[in-house]
Amino acid sequence: MSLDPTYLEYPHRRKGMDHALYPYSNLFQRPQVAWPDEKRVAIWPVISLEWFPMVPSDTPFRAPGHMQTAYPDYRHYTAREYGTRIGLFRLLDAFEAVGARISVACNGAIATRYPAIVEALAKGGHEIIAHSTDMNGTIASGLAEDDERALIAASLDALEAASGTRPRGWLSIARSQSFNTPRLLAEAGLTYMCDWVNDELPYRMATDAGGIVNIPLNHELSDRQIINVQQQSVDSYATQIRDAYDWLAGEAAAHGARMLPLHLTPYIMGLPYRIDAFEGLVRWLTEQPGAWFATGGDILDSWSAGQ
Amino acid sequence: MKADPELYNFSHWRGRRKVRWPEGKTCAVWVAPNLEFYELDPPANTHRKSWAKPHPDVVGYAHRDHANRVGHWRMADVMTRHGFPGSVSLSVALCDHIPEVVEDARQRGWEFFSHGIYNTRYSYGMDEAQERAIIEDSIATVQRATGQRIRGWLAPALTHTPRTLDLIAEYGLDYTCDLYHDDQPTDVKVRTGRLTAIPYSLEVNDHYGFFIYNMSPRDYADTLIRQFERLASEGEREDGPGGTVMCIPLHSYLIGQPHRIGPFEEVLRHIAADGRAWIATAGEIVDAWREQQG
Repeated sequence: MSLDPTYLEYPHRRKGMDHALYPYSNLFQRPQVAWPDEKRVAIWPVISLEWFPMVPSDTPFRAPGHMQTAYPDYRHYTAREYGTRIGLFRLLDAFEAVGARISVACNGAIATRYPAIVEALAKGGHEIIAHSTDMNGTIASGLAEDDERALIAASLDALEAASGTRPRGWLSIARSQSFNTPRLLAEAGLTYMCDWVNDELPYRMATDAGGIVNIPLNHELSDRQIINVQQQSVDSYATQIRDAYDWLAGEAAAHGARMLPLHLTPYIMGLPYRIDAFEGLVRWLTEQPGAWFATGGDILDSWSAGQ
Repeated sequence: MKADPELYNFSHWRGRRKVRWPEGKTCAVWVAPNLEFYELDPPANTHRKSWAKPHPDVVGYAHRDHANRVGHWRMADVMTRHGFPGSVSLSVALCDHIPEVVEDARQRGWEFFSHGIYNTRYSYGMDEAQERAIIEDSIATVQRATGQRIRGWLAPALTHTPRTLDLIAEYGLDYTCDLYHDDQPTDVKVRTGRLTAIPYSLEVNDHYGFFIYNMSPRDYADTLIRQFERLASEGEREDGPGGTVMCIPLHSYLIGQPHRIGPFEEVLRHIAADGRAWIATAGEIVDAWREQQG
């Protein structure tokens, strides 16, 4: 059985990308970026703060970290809640001890269910990034456009109601989007999203509803990828982040400022046997003269001012 | 379908005629960057899905797009700094989409071979005319973009048909990177012409290192050094097979990540300083081997 002849037709084979979201751009040939105080590397911590309903949804797909056993999956429900009750505060303590303000990618349901968390984040000067409604709020092709629009609005409304501030940034669950997502995010008034991992600095995307900036939140450097997926130790994680910092700081000297995203999960990194090593890493980063701890909004503002 | 693909004559590791590399080097080392283009919304091939998720698979696509925006430039500079040319496994449509990357590789003096049109179009299910079309497209596209006539083939996303090797030999290609049976070059049985299998590697491919074996960047670097040390020392043995081949197959969206490139640079520094490595391109290795075989 041979393939359909159209399989050897390439309708998008031309200079540039095979879509209209953004043009090709080489990181090393752009105008150099500068952070405040001539800092070389923006350290961008993003904690994903999530509520997993014990009845999981598989449409359009089941979120990573979701329920796994037959009902009632107490073990995963409560282990995720451990992150929200305790792990989050260990991570916040680690950052607040060095005076760092960070981003927290928050499900709308967290704000609704646990307003005390939103208060704590506000008190620490941290930024809230909208992170869907709850962990059944996944996005992919197959989700109807109106449903996706409503999901985005519900997330933003819940977070604004609890915090008094409408989030500027968006992170999809598992960074998963439909073809409509960038347009719907721009239409909802969001300034930036974090889903596309194809770059190491912010860049602009174009949609029919206007522009939106993507600030790449490196998934390979996430605690989920290194510790849960690749099954490496927290010490190895810390070494990898230090190696990344050293490389980026060196590159910044020749090519302009760089960014080091730290994507963190309270129920992964906030465990007693991991948090000491993580605190050590945060202290080490603080001691680096070129390091600038920043929120997504800080990075966006500094980057935009230089464009 | 054949139980034994009858690709080559059996030859074991003992008692071979010794292979000699230039200047008495004992291990030919070649680096194979995969310079690829993946499509956001490719057509379906019933034999294999392009993406794990419904299109758009944003993480899958964007991760690979990192190669062309960031990773390639970082990886290529490190290779050049330590004197390693690339033998490029090329999605030839990259010549159309992002000629900047292809031109950079050409200017560094790298060699190009074909890795298909896109890494999201698979050979499974192709008839002979279709397979000829992608070979002819590969030859013409790379010739036009780089001035080079491709000499080798790594099947697109490692998807083959039973006629692929015969066809690439018929078109005058000299080597295949798709067979993993040896640490030295081997001639492959083909209908016409001559085709040599050059050792590539899945085992020390960065994709396997990071996503099959889940290695840390430093563990992967250590793996490459052990691979080199062993192959270089076996190549030194009086009663051994002579010169060996080590390939380092790379994807810059993996090795070019900021936490991996530093440990990888130490590997290249180690191999370049060792003195036993013949740092070469795939074509140079195949030529040197063929001269001894007659």
